Amino acid sequence: MKQPSHPRPSPVDSKVVGATAETNRPPRPWRPPWWMAVGVALGLVVLALVSREGGGVNLLNALVRFANFVVIPGISYGSQLALGALGVTLIYAVMRFSDFAHGDTMAFGAMGVILTTRVLQGMGISAGPLPTALLALPFGILGAITLALVFDRAVYRFYRRQRAAPVTFVIASIGALFVTNGLVRLIIGPGDQRFADGVRFIFRVQEFKEMTGLSEGLALRTTQVITLAVAVIVVLGLFLFLNRTSLGKAMRAYADNEDLALLSGINPERVALWTWIIAATLATIAGTLYGLDKSFKPFTYFQLLLPIFASAIVGGIGKPLGAIAGGFVVAFSEIAFTYPYRKILGYLGFETDSLVQLLSTDYKFAVSFIILVVVLIWRPRGIFQGRLV
Amino acid sequence: MALGLGVATTPGLAQPDEAVKIGVLLGFTGPIESLTPPMADSAELAFEEVSDSGRFLGGKTIEPVRADSTCVDAAAATAAAERLVTSDNVAAILGADCSGVTIAVANNVAVPKGIALTSPSATSPALSTIDDDGLFFRTSPSDARQGRVLAQVIKDRGYDAIAVTYTKNDYGKGLSESLQAGFEELGGTVTINTAHEDGKADYTAEVAELAEAGSDLLVVLGYADQGGIGIIRAALDTGAFDTFGLADAMYSQPFLDAIAADGNDLTGSFGTVPGTEGAGVDAFQEISMAAGGDGQAAFTGESYDAAALMALAMQKGGEATSEAVADNMMAVANAPGEKILPGELGKALEILAAGGEVDYVGATNVELVGPGEASGSYREYEVEGNEFTTVRFR
Repeated sequence: MKQPSHPRPSPVDSKVVGATAETNRPPRPWRPPWWMAVGVALGLVVLALVSREGGGVNLLNALVRFANFVVIPGISYGSQLALGALGVTLIYAVMRFSDFAHGDTMAFGAMGVILTTRVLQGMGISAGPLPTALLALPFGILGAITLALVFDRAVYRFYRRQRAAPVTFVIASIGALFVTNGLVRLIIGPGDQRFADGVRFIFRVQEFKEMTGLSEGLALRTTQVITLAVAVIVVLGLFLFLNRTSLGKAMRAYADNEDLALLSGINPERVALWTWIIAATLATIAGTLYGLDKSFKPFTYFQLLLPIFASAIVGGIGKPLGAIAGGFVVAFSEIAFTYPYRKILGYLGFETDSLVQLLSTDYKFAVSFIILVVVLIWRPRGIFQGRLV
Repeated sequence: MALGLGVATTPGLAQPDEAVKIGVLLGFTGPIESLTPPMADSAELAFEEVSDSGRFLGGKTIEPVRADSTCVDAAAATAAAERLVTSDNVAAILGADCSGVTIAVANNVAVPKGIALTSPSATSPALSTIDDDGLFFRTSPSDARQGRVLAQVIKDRGYDAIAVTYTKNDYGKGLSESLQAGFEELGGTVTINTAHEDGKADYTAEVAELAEAGSDLLVVLGYADQGGIGIIRAALDTGAFDTFGLADAMYSQPFLDAIAADGNDLTGSFGTVPGTEGAGVDAFQEISMAAGGDGQAAFTGESYDAAALMALAMQKGGEATSEAVADNMMAVANAPGEKILPGELGKALEILAAGGEVDYVGATNVELVGPGEASGSYREYEVEGNEFTTVRFR
């Protein structure tokens, strides 16, 4: 059977039609787009700075200093927050509650990684220039998944069957927070743990200075690069999973409309199971990267909860892309608002005695709080239009 | 049952007239619980020496009673001190250890009840000015003194502008203020003087703040296993500073090892730590090692001296009371008189019994000044490779 063919306008036709329509209007004057104006302004500023004596070198020095103290730490901290916020946002989307235990799940997973790392180091196994912790990661992930599933079976499933209100889940998760926190302190102790091994630097400040001849140096630590690389891989993997696999689509369907998903035969227990598995995996990776890059201490993971929730909410809770954007927004705000710009401005020709610092570093956590409050008041759905909290 | 009770209470009642009770109030639990056992042992070593000599107040013995100051919990320390005074009937108290609880015990127990208090390790400058009715003494110097000594060391090494960061507590604040005052008196400039919080995972932002102020030397008045090492690590990693001025709480070999393990080098960094050299130090080490200690653990010499001074002051006053301690402490600690080293307490007791004068030197060359605190001598140290080396004593 032949389909009745519809007469379609050929490309040529449409062009002709468009051209005739245009000729009836007076030609619009060409307006430069806004980005061009910004570009020209920036170019003028750069020119003005470079044209001073030694201006080019000074501009480079300012940029290098900015990169060393703001950009590089911001990118690695942002990646860590983004991974943490992804877990929170995933649980929120599927299970419909804010998992306050997430920070301590990160600590629990990282603890598994540290203990396995010690065993591997004892056996003489290492990853060469990379930290041994990367080899230990699967074991830590297994530990965190076990913990998450135990909590799900013992606590959350009960409330899920009761169809309890989200606030009940939140309170239950606070209970899980304290249990997990206690477990971590009991097993590995409350003290500082350092478990990064392998090559510590890709290049050091001194090497950079000798290489470039600038007076400002730039250091790049191995862990900072690993953080970014692992974060990119994990995020790509997560997006492929959510968009391409039937399980990922089922999870998204369940997140969008629970009743409709149940009607179409999606098994809620299976979705819950995989949500916990993925969230625990993300938590372990985030926790391990944070511990590798900075240091592992159970209490700091508890404190991480605030910037992580701020990231998830700024980005739009329930939106994976939002969690990533939010992580970087919060990380860069925390660093940029507490960084003193005196020397950088000095390089740019604005000598001053004041530190040019918006907030003292003591108020780092306050930055997350302020962002959280501002977003909740003026844009409660966040950047990517997530759900209302 | 009745028999059991009788047996249990007998030792306490055996010599009711001879035993003089002295409280030993130290933080046996809490943040410095690893430091306090050797401190208490050293104090009890001195009490034992006094008891064994048979010359203390005509043959009395001293019975130390331990109590827990917790180092951080002022309420618990006050309660422990109350108990020592009211239920154990101690004649005086050796302690407390950390500055905060010592201030609390001095204000709430020692002064109202008229009990003499001698601390071996409280170093906060605030204790120099408390209203103590002459009852409070310490065998460790005030941090105000360390700040000035450190300022002199820094200036002598040719630094004119320094950045200072201190741990956010009484110790750090007091030390940083005296360092700043001392350094400015010497004509130097403190470009920035800020606190850091202990227990953070990352100190890059704090270091950035310190680096912006512009100076060649960063003085870290923090703890070697807390914020202090975090600041130094971040400063070395970002290349913000490569030489550091350090105070006593950074004098720790594990700290140097950890920095070396990062592939960094602290050579050229320097600092001060309370310390002395001389016959007293050697004599204390000898008797301490004979008793199973090592004679070098932190504040053990000060603890021995505090205990010995209390006993000698009681001997000079002729009675085992707090008034005797308060009235005679300065006289037995300072010149004139026969020099007394650790292990010679028997001789000192004899001289005092005969009405003579002693000048107690002890394990730390103790010399009490001003409101009854040690004048203090400090060791200037420098890091070379992976070790602390002594430059000289000040």
